[in-house]
Amino acid sequence: MRRMVSLLAALALVLAACGSGDEAVAGGPLQEIGEGEGAVVIVAWAGYIENGETDSAYDWVTQFEADTGCAVEVKTAGTSDEMVALMTGSDEFDLVTASGDASLRLIAGGTVQEVNTDLIPSWSTVDDRLQSAPWHTVDGKHYGTPYQWGANVLAYNTDVFGNSPPASWSVIFEPTDLPDGATNEGRVQAYDGPIYVADAAVYLKSLRPELGIGDPYQLNEDQYQAALGVLRTQRTLVGRYWHDAFIQIDDFTNEGVAASASWPFQVNILQADGAPIASTIPAEGATGWADTTMMHANAPHPNCAYKWLDWSLNPKVQGDLAAWFGSVPSVPAACEGNDLLGAEGCTTNGFENFDRISFWKTPTEDCNGTAAAGACVPYYRWVTDYLAVIGGR
Amino acid sequence: MTTPEKPTIQRIATALYRRPRLRLALLLGVPLLWMVGVYGGSIASLLVQSFFKLDSFSGTVDRSLTLDTWRDLFTGANMSVAARTIGMAASVTIASVVIAFPLAYYMARYASRRTKAVLVMAVLVPLWSSYLVRVYSWKLILSADGIVSWFFGRLGLSGLLDAILGLPGIGGPSLSVSFLGQFLVFVYIWLPYMVLPIQAALERVPRSFLEASADLGARPATTFRKVAWPLAIPGVAAGSIFTFSLTLGDYIIPTVIGDSSPFIGLAIYSYQGVAGNLPLAAAFAFVPIAVMGLYLVGAKRLGAFEAL
Repeated sequence: MRRMVSLLAALALVLAACGSGDEAVAGGPLQEIGEGEGAVVIVAWAGYIENGETDSAYDWVTQFEADTGCAVEVKTAGTSDEMVALMTGSDEFDLVTASGDASLRLIAGGTVQEVNTDLIPSWSTVDDRLQSAPWHTVDGKHYGTPYQWGANVLAYNTDVFGNSPPASWSVIFEPTDLPDGATNEGRVQAYDGPIYVADAAVYLKSLRPELGIGDPYQLNEDQYQAALGVLRTQRTLVGRYWHDAFIQIDDFTNEGVAASASWPFQVNILQADGAPIASTIPAEGATGWADTTMMHANAPHPNCAYKWLDWSLNPKVQGDLAAWFGSVPSVPAACEGNDLLGAEGCTTNGFENFDRISFWKTPTEDCNGTAAAGACVPYYRWVTDYLAVIGGR
Repeated sequence: MTTPEKPTIQRIATALYRRPRLRLALLLGVPLLWMVGVYGGSIASLLVQSFFKLDSFSGTVDRSLTLDTWRDLFTGANMSVAARTIGMAASVTIASVVIAFPLAYYMARYASRRTKAVLVMAVLVPLWSSYLVRVYSWKLILSADGIVSWFFGRLGLSGLLDAILGLPGIGGPSLSVSFLGQFLVFVYIWLPYMVLPIQAALERVPRSFLEASADLGARPATTFRKVAWPLAIPGVAAGSIFTFSLTLGDYIIPTVIGDSSPFIGLAIYSYQGVAGNLPLAAAFAFVPIAVMGLYLVGAKRLGAFEAL
């Protein structure tokens, strides 16, 4: 059966390759997939490429290796900066699972190459909303295949909020009394990464339209100071900022946390343990992240890399990964019939909320290239200032 | 008398015996290379980094020498991070002395051989388990639904606990989300490093000194103040180097226990790991180095290194 599938896949690849044979572009992307090179080297987030070593139920490497003969080697990276550094500094990597802040930098720097979607039979199964997403598509060229995405949700305790989820992020930004009659002071949490400034901007965008906030990652000085003001107020309410997902899970269980900015990951685990926790995306919308598998311009194993790109869109891989990571698959078909993910998995992880999410990108001084240098507050200032806010300054 | 052919090993031995400097070089060469090259070299490169600065446009490090990064270091926010860390390190050290001294005194002077062995074991056993496991367990012990608040509730003293947590500055929603809880965990974690040097120092105080003091009419309190304590000071200073520097450099406990207020280690981690601002992280790394330098000079004056 397995051989049958790979035969069919190979046939599909050949057909796809024939279909695109007429557009010969010198120096462009690969036009047909040849024999595998026996290996593929991927730079990825921890937990993104599982071979069953952590938990034997989560394995999407072994079968790929058996089918294609390409041994998968993973180099994990902890930050987007590290990913960019690895990719630009070396020619030994084939692929990278880049988040929105890294992907455009990699494209602009010529570090990654355009992919020929005709060589990826599963491309047509990719969510329409992601196929031409701006974080991997430049001038109509695709620089990778969408891998997974997710939202930063508002998690809340149903014992406190009852059946009506909080309608606004204000429950964690402003001093207020919660539905159980007690104040929210000391009972809410926020994320301790500097990118959280964007969450305050999302909240301000609808609270104070006169500030004219458009993209929450492109803030001018006034908008930025207003966001810091919101965060300083929040400091007086927050007992502890969360950093480690498991510490937050413990805080929901043992510290009586009523509401917090969170990830579907924590919500899934808490619900599985029977904790009275649910999540929502309030009226203002939310921030989120979307990752793309991109291919190095000088990838040493291009054929195996293309095989992985196609494999990464396999519904089973996408569904298992979504269950493992608490993320949303890039292939809608993955949402159905996956035991690990469950029937409601995609909905829980935020599948319906795509349009309400401001996807993560690194704030730059030139507003991601849309304005003159100095128009926007760059990321390194977010870091310093958010640290000061948490320190009570 | 002389044999024409000496065994090689003997010739080498003789050569080394005649050249003490060569002997010293061979003996200390590798460790010295390690200390100066690897350790000193990395500190030197850290120092050089701190004179670069982050280019605000590209977000990369600009490798031209400048003092801008050092100017950025001395902002109110960074200094309050340093003050918070040093304050915590100092209070943890003082509390450790207060708790460790009586225990060490008992172990050194009164305990039978058997009791002493048991006590030394009791002090050391926690060090055998993972530091992380102990910190996470304390998070559970101190949490709002944890055993400490349960215990206060059982004794009908919940009001007292709430009053303590209501104290400005050190309080918070629960013990695990307060400076007080953070302080308790720091003291717990580093206490063994204070008990053992003090005990070692006290063991070296001859019993006859104390007896002589008593014979000369000193009351126990005076004997302690004039004889035992001054002779134990090197041990206290040695222990305090451990508790102070370990607290100063710790960046795990502040993320797990407490209200997330940044400590020096966390600030350095954010500047380097999150912002990619290596120069500022390097400059900040010199704050604990400078503080420890001053501390060691003070400790040396107190004779701490005689007790190591």
